Amino acid sequence: MYVSMNWLKDYIDIGMDIDEFAEKMTMSGTMVEDINISGENIKDVIVGKIETVIRHPNADKLLICQVDIGKEKLQVVTGADNIAEGDYVPVAVHGAVLPGGLEIKKGEIRGEISEGMLCSAVELGIPKAVIPEKIKDGIWILDKTYPLGENIVKALDLSDEIIEFEITSNRPDCLSVIGIAREAGATLNKKVNYPKIEVRETEEKADDYISVEIEDTEGCNRYVARVIKNVKIDSSPRWMQQRLMRTGVRPINNIVDITNYVMLEYGQPLHAFDLSFIEGNKIIVRKAEDGESITTLDGIKRKPDVSMTVIADTKKSLAIAGVMGGGQSEVTENSDTILLESANFDANTTRLTSKKLSLRTEASSRFEKGVDPNIARLAADRACQLIVQLGAGEVLKGAVDVYPEEIKPHEVIVRPERINNFLGISLNNEEMVDIFKKLELGTENSGDTIKITVPTYRMDLLMEADFAEEVARIFGYDKIPPTMAKGNITVGGKPDGQIIEDIAKDLLNGMGFNEILTYSFVSPKTADMVNLDKNDTKRNMIKLINPLGDETSVMRTGLLPNMLEVAARNVNHKVENFKAFEIGQIFVPRNNPDNELPHEIPNLVIAMYGKEDFFALKGVIETLLDNLGIDEYEFVVERNNPTYHPGRCANIVVKDKTLGTIGELNPIVIENYDLNQRCYCAELDFSIMLELTRIEKSYEPLAKYPSITMDFAVVVDKAVLAKQIEDIIRTEGGNILESFKLFDVYEGDQIGKGLKNIAYTITYRDKERTLTDEEAKAVHNSILSEISEKLGGRLRQ
Amino acid sequence: MESRLKALEEKAKSEIKKADSIKVLEKARIHYLGKKGELTKILRGMGAIDAAERPRVGRIANTVRENIENELDKAMDAIKGKELENRLQLETIDVTMPGKEIKIGRRHPLTQTMDDLKDIFISMGFEVAEGPEIETVYYNFDALNAPKNHPSRDMSDTFYINENVILRTQTSPVQVRVMEKTKPPIRIVSLGRCFRNDTPDATHSPMFYQIEGLVVDRGITMGDLKGTLEVFAKHFFGPDTLIKFRPHNFPFTEPSAEVDATCFKCGGKGCGVCKGSGWMEVLGSGMVHPNVLRNCGIDPEIYSGFAFGMGIDRLAMQKYGIDDIRLLFENDMRFIDQF
Repeated sequence: MYVSMNWLKDYIDIGMDIDEFAEKMTMSGTMVEDINISGENIKDVIVGKIETVIRHPNADKLLICQVDIGKEKLQVVTGADNIAEGDYVPVAVHGAVLPGGLEIKKGEIRGEISEGMLCSAVELGIPKAVIPEKIKDGIWILDKTYPLGENIVKALDLSDEIIEFEITSNRPDCLSVIGIAREAGATLNKKVNYPKIEVRETEEKADDYISVEIEDTEGCNRYVARVIKNVKIDSSPRWMQQRLMRTGVRPINNIVDITNYVMLEYGQPLHAFDLSFIEGNKIIVRKAEDGESITTLDGIKRKPDVSMTVIADTKKSLAIAGVMGGGQSEVTENSDTILLESANFDANTTRLTSKKLSLRTEASSRFEKGVDPNIARLAADRACQLIVQLGAGEVLKGAVDVYPEEIKPHEVIVRPERINNFLGISLNNEEMVDIFKKLELGTENSGDTIKITVPTYRMDLLMEADFAEEVARIFGYDKIPPTMAKGNITVGGKPDGQIIEDIAKDLLNGMGFNEILTYSFVSPKTADMVNLDKNDTKRNMIKLINPLGDETSVMRTGLLPNMLEVAARNVNHKVENFKAFEIGQIFVPRNNPDNELPHEIPNLVIAMYGKEDFFALKGVIETLLDNLGIDEYEFVVERNNPTYHPGRCANIVVKDKTLGTIGELNPIVIENYDLNQRCYCAELDFSIMLELTRIEKSYEPLAKYPSITMDFAVVVDKAVLAKQIEDIIRTEGGNILESFKLFDVYEGDQIGKGLKNIAYTITYRDKERTLTDEEAKAVHNSILSEISEKLGGRLRQ
Repeated sequence: MESRLKALEEKAKSEIKKADSIKVLEKARIHYLGKKGELTKILRGMGAIDAAERPRVGRIANTVRENIENELDKAMDAIKGKELENRLQLETIDVTMPGKEIKIGRRHPLTQTMDDLKDIFISMGFEVAEGPEIETVYYNFDALNAPKNHPSRDMSDTFYINENVILRTQTSPVQVRVMEKTKPPIRIVSLGRCFRNDTPDATHSPMFYQIEGLVVDRGITMGDLKGTLEVFAKHFFGPDTLIKFRPHNFPFTEPSAEVDATCFKCGGKGCGVCKGSGWMEVLGSGMVHPNVLRNCGIDPEIYSGFAFGMGIDRLAMQKYGIDDIRLLFENDMRFIDQF
C-alpha cells in the first residue's frame, strides 16, 4: 500500500520527519517497507515555452526549437515530434541533472547548437505504468501556462514522499489513506481531520432513474447507487492525477479518476456505468446464469459460472461483481448520465471468482480482504462531492441504497487486570481507556471491566486477546519489560531417537562420511532408475496433487535415488572420493489415505565410491552396528535385489528382522546415474536400528587367565562361504572361544582350480582358570575335523 | 707369571682399542676372558707357584680380569653409541612431507545449526518434540486458527496429497499435537522439514527447515516471550545482540510480533548484509491465540503461552554467509567439506 505524504497530511498533522514517522508507524504495527522521495534528484529543470520550431537542416528526424525560459532564450535540438509553437514544456538547461543521474550539457547535434533538453514524463522520474495517455509519448506538454523559468519540481508539485506500508491481512481497513491516517492518529496521539462530505444535489431524484434489487444476498451485502447527469468527461486536475500516480494508479478521465481516488482514500471500490446501456432502469445483483458471457473492460470475453455474482439489468449482465466492469456499459466521452455503484461484495465469493477467472484487480483484492459495508454510502457521497467540485456532472438527489442486513458496531467486555497479566505490564484503567480512545473505540469504564464498542471497520477486534494486542502496540512493544517465565522448572532434552541418531552421525562422520540432506519428494522415474523389481512395494509412492514438476511429484519410498543423484553430481564436479550418508524419512502409504496419515519411517543410506570396495563399506556398517550395541547381526547372501550386483549384495539381518541391504550397485544402475565407476551403498531401516540399539554401557572384568592362540589354513571349494566356516568355529568353539579372525584368502595354481585357501587365527581362553594346551587343541581339532567333514576342507600344514 | 699377566692386559687393551665393531669386541672377550681364553691358560700355571705367593698372584689376575672387562664395557658402550648414531643418521626422514590424510566427515550445515539451536533451548529447559512431515489440513491450518479462506491454504502455496492431507507448511502443527497430549507446563521446541509450493531460486526452496517453540503454563506473559528470545538471541547471535519486537499478525498468536536482531555482521551499524538498516528479521512470535489453546483442550482462562518460529535455512545462511539456498540441497562435497 503506497501512501503519498502530501495526501496524508490533508487529514493529519504529522509534525516530524519522514524517518521518525516511519519508525513510529512500524513500531505500532503498520510496517514501513520502503520510502520513496519523488521529485528528488532533479536539478535545473525549468518551465520553458516553445517559440519556434524548424526542421534540422542535417537530420530528417530532428527539430530545432527556440525556447523562452524567461530571462533568456535557448536553442534546443529535440527528436520528439509532439511539440508545437506555444507549448509549455520542461527544459533541462546546461548543468541540469535528471533522476537517473543523467547530466545535461550544452553541445552540438549534427552541426547545430543545443543548449539543453526538452523532457518527457519518464525522464522526470514518473513510472511509465502510471503516466496518463496524453503525456505518455514524447515531450511532456504541460497542461497550462506557468511562469517561464520556474523550477519544474515546484511548478508541477513533483516533490512528495511516498511510503510503502505492509498491511497485514487482519487490517484491511488500513488499505486506504484514511485508514493510515487513523493509525497515524493513534500512534502519534493526534486528531484526524476527516473530509467533510456535502453533496450539492439537483431537484431530480435518483430513484426516478433507477431501482436496485439484490437477489444474491450471499454475494452482496449492500448496494448504493447514485445517478449523475450532464456528465462532462475531461482530464482530472493535476493534483488528483498526481496523487493517483504516486499511489500507482494511471489517470484516465475525471469520472474514472474520482472513483479510483475515493477507493484509495476510503478503501471502497466504486464503479461507474453509462446509464444508457442499463435496460429496464433496474440493477439486479444476482448469480451468473449458466452459459452467460460478458466482455470485461480489458476486452476479454469471460464466462462467469453460477457460483459468481454479476451486476445485471433486466436483460443482460453488465459487470462481474467486485472484480471488473463490462466493456459495453463503460463510461466514455459520449456518456451523458452515469450510475455510480458503491457496493459491498462478499469477500469469499469475490476471492473465488477472481481466482477462477485469473483476474485480480484493485477492487477484487480489496473485497476479498473485507470492506466495511458501512462506508458504502459515505464513499458514494464523497465521489459525488468531487464530481460536483470538479464540474464533471450534476448529482441527482438521494441514493438508491439497498442494505438488507445492516452490520452494527459490536461490544466486547475486557478485563484490564487480565490484559496487564497477559502482557506483563501494569497500566491502570484510565491509561488503558486512553489507548482505546486513541484508536477511536467507544469505551465504558466500570472498574473491573471496560466495555468497548468496536466500529464496524475493525473486523479484527473480537475478543480480549485482540484488545491486549491493541494495548501492547500503542503502549509500545519495546516498553514491555523482558522477564523469564516463572513457575515450574522443566528439564530439557531430546527424544531417544534423536540421541541415537546423533551417535550414528558422529560415528559416520568419524569414519569420513559427510551428511547430506535432500528433498523428501522425488521423480516417479527413480523407481526405474534404481532398477526396482516390477513388484517392489517401493514403487507405490504417494503422489502430490500439485507438484512443482514431475521431478518432485511423489514422496520418496527410499533414500537411495537422491543419494545417487548427489553422487552423480559429485562425479560431475570431479570429486574423486565420495563418502556420504543421509538419515531421513521415507513415506509408505496406508490402505486408507484419506483418513490415515502415511507411515513415516526414518531410514539411513550410506554410499561411497573412489578407492573403496565392498568390504570397506561392510566394515563401516559393522563398526556402526557394533558401536550402537547391535550385535548378532548377519550378512546373508542376496542374489535377487536388482538394484545391486547379484554376486556382491547381502541383506543385513538381526534375528528375525532385516535391517537393510548392502552391496555394490548393479552396473545398470551405475549407468542410469552416469556414475562411471563402481559404487557401494547400504540402505538401512533406521527405525529398526533404533529399536535394537543398546547404548547403556556396563563393565566386564578384564581377563585374568592367559589365552592360547592357534592358526589354521584350509583349502575349500571356492563356493564355500566364510560364514559357513565361521558358523563351525562358533559352534565348536563353545565357551572357550574368545575371538577369531580371517587373516588370509588365497586362490591360485598351487591350490588348484575352483579352490581357495582360507586362513584363520583363533584365540581361546577360559575365564575361570588357566586353559591348558591340550584343552585348546582338542577344541581346535574338533573345529578342523568339522570343517573337513562338512565343507570338504583339506587342512594345510 | 706376574709379568705374563701384565703383558696380557696390555695386549688385550691395545686390541680392544682397535676394535671397531661389537662383533670384534665379542671375539676379544672370548679370546682373553673365555673359558678357554688366554687368561685361563695363564691361570692354569697357578699350580706351579709357591703356595704363599698364590693369593697375591690371584689378586693380580683378578685385577687384570677386571681391567680387561672394564675396557671391554667401555669400548662396547662407545661402539653402541656410534652405531646408534649411525642408525639414526640413516633413518632421517623429511618431516616436512605431508601427514597421512585422515578424512573426518562433516554434518550438513543445516544439521549443525539445528544442533546449536537444540543445545540452547535444551539448556533453557525445552524438550525437543517431533511431528509428521505429511500433515492433515486440520493440524496445519484449522487448529491453528487459520481462516478458511487464508491464501496460504491455496494450491499455489501448499502441496496437497488429497483435500485433507498436505505436506506441512510449518512446524506449528507440532504445537497442537503436543498440547493435545500434554498438560501444562509445556516447554518444547520442534525442528524439521517444511514444504511450500515455491519454485527454487536463490532465496526460495520448496523444502526448508523451521524451528518452532512453545511455552504454556499458568501466568506466562508477553514479557516472558521477550525475555526468552533475548536470552536465545544472545546465545545464538552473540552476547552483544539486541532484539526488537514489532507488531505483526499471525492467525495462531495474539498479540503477534516479528522480531529483528541486530545484524550479526555489522553489529547494528548497517552493512550490505542488513541492507544498511543494522537489523535483520529473524523470527515470528506471539502469545498463543486463545482459540488455539481451546482447540487443544487447554482453558485459556487458566493458562497462557507463547510461541515462536524461525527459518533454520535462513539462520544457517546468515551464520555461514551462504548466499544461495539451493547450495544447501545440492550436497556438493566441496561445499559440505567446509563446515
